[in-house]
Amino acid sequence: MNITKSQYVADITGSGENVSIQATIDGAEMSVPLDPANRHYAEIMRQVAAGELTIADAD
Amino acid sequence: MSKAAELAALIGSGQAQGNKNLIINGAMQVAQRGSSTGHTSGYGGPDRFQFDRSGAAAVTLSQDTSVPSGQGFSNSFKIDVTTADSSLAAGDYALFQHRVEAQNLQHLLYGTSEAKRVTLQFWVKSAKTGVHIVGLNAHDAGYYNNQSYTIASANTWQKVIMTFDGYQSGAINNDNGIGFAINWWLAAGSTYSGGTLSSNTWHNTQANRAVGQVNVMDSTSNEWYITGIQLEIGETATPFEHRSFSDELFRCQRYLYRLEIDSDAVGFINLTGWNTNDAYGPILYPVEMRSAPTLSHGASLSDFLLLSASSNPVPSNIYNNGSSKRAMELGFTSTGNIVAGRSYWARITDATNGFIQWDAEL
Repeated sequence: MNITKSQYVADITGSGENVSIQATIDGAEMSVPLDPANRHYAEIMRQVAAGELTIADAD
Repeated sequence: MSKAAELAALIGSGQAQGNKNLIINGAMQVAQRGSSTGHTSGYGGPDRFQFDRSGAAAVTLSQDTSVPSGQGFSNSFKIDVTTADSSLAAGDYALFQHRVEAQNLQHLLYGTSEAKRVTLQFWVKSAKTGVHIVGLNAHDAGYYNNQSYTIASANTWQKVIMTFDGYQSGAINNDNGIGFAINWWLAAGSTYSGGTLSSNTWHNTQANRAVGQVNVMDSTSNEWYITGIQLEIGETATPFEHRSFSDELFRCQRYLYRLEIDSDAVGFINLTGWNTNDAYGPILYPVEMRSAPTLSHGASLSDFLLLSASSNPVPSNIYNNGSSKRAMELGFTSTGNIVAGRSYWARITDATNGFIQWDAEL
């Protein structure tokens, strides 16, 4: 997967918890859940661990 | 053996029962994504199957109506080579692949001395004559079992049957990850073909996986079709288990749920304005998905409208504000155009390009 952008999305209630990641994957905008079984999340985390990707903080 | 005894033996073996096919959408009836052009990796065309490659090749994936005659099939999966890779580098490959969820394979008893044989059958039509390779990948163990079949006549439907021994040395984890990957090789550089093919033997040597595989990616004139895929317990290929469209769609929706419209614009979710920028609402999937899914939509957000009593803003973003395997809270942004507390409903307005989908594929 070619991941060119990633940013956490925070819960609307102001709890401070992240609820998903907005990412551009293979040219498409995607909203990725924080579920290790999700293949997009798993690949994002793999690239982060490999130093290939940084996830921006939520706005 | 009497007919009754034969039936009893088949039932005891796990064959001759409904739901015998471990493959979802083996008759290629369901194609929620439609065609995919310029495709190099990932899912496209009929559901639950993907194409992957390394190298220069690109393809179009689509649902087609070419089928073997007299078998009761209406659709096939078509791979049309649109960018050729006629000179394979060592690491180049092309694969057509189906992944089976691990928890659905526990009755194969892998990792034990009782590991069961499975028999794979399919109909294939290839532009290339010669040796083609199919392999099972026991994903958790990292072991492969490969066998060859030979296309005798180009562009002619041919039935293939092969039986694979069970893998006794490594279990399939009882979870929602990948159990099997079934790989139909379409091209293989020397990294995958430079060794020796030991048919129906489990191994972990990359060079032995696709020995002799012809290069289906070598010309833009090449097309490759497949349908009628069935994987079942035992050493016998029993008649293909034809399922209803709705049955297959329901199975597919555990891995992909896609909303489109046929002609008239259709609303799909009720929302409540949270502030001046965002409205939120929950959506339930038709079936529990394999994992919390990834949300995506058509390229243009102008294919969506947020309708209310007095204004109909176009969203600038649609996102996941919390999700599980059963439901997702959707957020719609239209900066400065939302009224807190007002009710909206979201509508897809473009029948050609508009869609929203939830992807939990393996």
